[in-house]
Amino acid sequence: MAKSRDRHGRGQDLQAVAGNGLIDRRALLGRGMLFAGAMSAGVGPAAAGAEPLADDPWSLEVGEPMSPYQVPSKFEGKVKRTLSNPNNEPRNSHARTPHHLLEGATTPNGLHFTINHGGVPTIDPDKHRLVIHGLVKQPLEFSLETLSRYPLTSRVSFLECGGNSAPMFSPEPLQETVQAIHGLVSCAEWTGVKLSTLLEETGIDPKAKWLIAEGADSPHLSRSVPVKKALDDAMIALYQNGERLMPGNGYPMRLLLPGYEGNMNVKFLRRIKLVEQPQLSMYEARTYSQILPSGKAYRFYFLQEVKSFITFPSYGMALKGPVLYEISGVAYSGTGRIEKVMVSADGGQSWAQAALQEPVLSKAFTRFRMPWRWNGGPATLQSRAWDEAGNVQPTRAEFVAVRGELAKPPPVLGFPNQHYNSITSWGVGNGGEVKHVYA
Amino acid sequence: MSTPKRALLAASLLLAITAGASLAETPHLGKPIDEAAIANWDISILPDGTGLPKGGGTPAQGAPIFAEKCSACHGDKGKGGEAAAVVSDREIAGISAANKTIKNFWPYATTIFDFIRRAMPFQMPRSLTDDEVYALTAYILAENKLIGANDVMNAETLPKVKMPNRDNFIIRFPDRI
Repeated sequence: MAKSRDRHGRGQDLQAVAGNGLIDRRALLGRGMLFAGAMSAGVGPAAAGAEPLADDPWSLEVGEPMSPYQVPSKFEGKVKRTLSNPNNEPRNSHARTPHHLLEGATTPNGLHFTINHGGVPTIDPDKHRLVIHGLVKQPLEFSLETLSRYPLTSRVSFLECGGNSAPMFSPEPLQETVQAIHGLVSCAEWTGVKLSTLLEETGIDPKAKWLIAEGADSPHLSRSVPVKKALDDAMIALYQNGERLMPGNGYPMRLLLPGYEGNMNVKFLRRIKLVEQPQLSMYEARTYSQILPSGKAYRFYFLQEVKSFITFPSYGMALKGPVLYEISGVAYSGTGRIEKVMVSADGGQSWAQAALQEPVLSKAFTRFRMPWRWNGGPATLQSRAWDEAGNVQPTRAEFVAVRGELAKPPPVLGFPNQHYNSITSWGVGNGGEVKHVYA
Repeated sequence: MSTPKRALLAASLLLAITAGASLAETPHLGKPIDEAAIANWDISILPDGTGLPKGGGTPAQGAPIFAEKCSACHGDKGKGGEAAAVVSDREIAGISAANKTIKNFWPYATTIFDFIRRAMPFQMPRSLTDDEVYALTAYILAENKLIGANDVMNAETLPKVKMPNRDNFIIRFPDRI
């Protein structure tokens, strides 16, 4: 199957590059080909006798006044986060990003995932303080106002909860959306002060190997972070996608540790203490230590490893006919840049290289796209990412062989284990419906 | 500013740029603060006991505090309720985090003190005295049969409690530490 014909007979030759309809990613670029996306799928070319175009009501009247801070169109009401604890009962709360309704590589601030362990604190930015102390030469106190006068730096970074994708520890695929399964990862541009700049001012006692970061929220959440990471690329983030941090994302300041598990990126940051030994706080001694099949457990996993998932098409969607589609998804790695993403439409029997949307940034979302002609029959869609350090996203079988799986399906909102990064598979049925499958 | 002074400043700036290019100038806007002023915020406890405050408590002192302030969520005698059990004989079987208990998983008893003091009770964090936190820690450890019923927990004794799972952890990426 070297070539295929366009459904509408426009005579465009499309180079098949892998089984079950995957088409060379370069074939559709720069050729003037009409690309039928999901929304226009099945709509044929205009024909004689089509209804004449008329002006719609909104074209015949003056529109609404602008608002000082604009919100999305009222027609986009479905594009929202799902909440695990909407009534703020005394336990943690999660809000998941709707990846299946988003495109590009930036998560809008209102849709960035958050987890909070004692509600969202209301912090007066003028009264908030950050102190750095412990094994330093001179303990220092900073306000938001003073930090804002430091040289600022911006970087795009994904943030992912260590428990994201945990439903895939289930022995059978949970029939849940990409939002429910992978919604605890997002990507934003963060602007702030490099932590190394502040540590240069406090001075570091050579005995200090760790720092303890602590929030001003009610659980006073604290995590131990190697000084090595602090001096590498840690930031005290003050801005998120150009505006001050969202309250749920740590307003007025948070620790940003690019590529490290979300919980370590302490929000509402009020204290950094340099110490010789890690604290073994509850979150590191218990919650973020992962039980292995041997009965032993990992400690200090930190790294969010190379991962990708397809956002279109994905569970819960229905394809509208055997036409040309664009498979789309995100890839990221806590180690660095995404090197390549391969896509399969036949459950991993054959693979083709996806197009990566520029810019491809270190420790950030990289959007990948892959043209695909669905033939109307069963298909199993997968994506697999490589990072620049040569790390490759494991298959589910490879992952489970090392990390194990649960004895029975967990609740979808549970965190039965963590740091799950295998391939996700979406099964397309004869009718175009998309399910979650293991393949 | 007179012209000669200005010229001198320009010259010294040039010197700074050429000679000390690697030493980036930073704003130095942090306000010096001493550890005494930070003490109320400094609630970090390390596994070796560093940071543990004065005071102490026993399981018997902890029992009524637990019944009054903890059992509504953690259940009668800590056997579990809306919030997780803190007293349990459950064993680790399988990879589910639901298997984790203080007794079978938590590597250091200091973590119990640290977490209660910083985060509990859920609705009123930082409302317990240090003696109450020691007493609750003692109560939980005793109910789990990790210390004797009459043992006193304080800065001296708490770090010495041997937790059964302590040596069962693998550092995932040692080169990142």
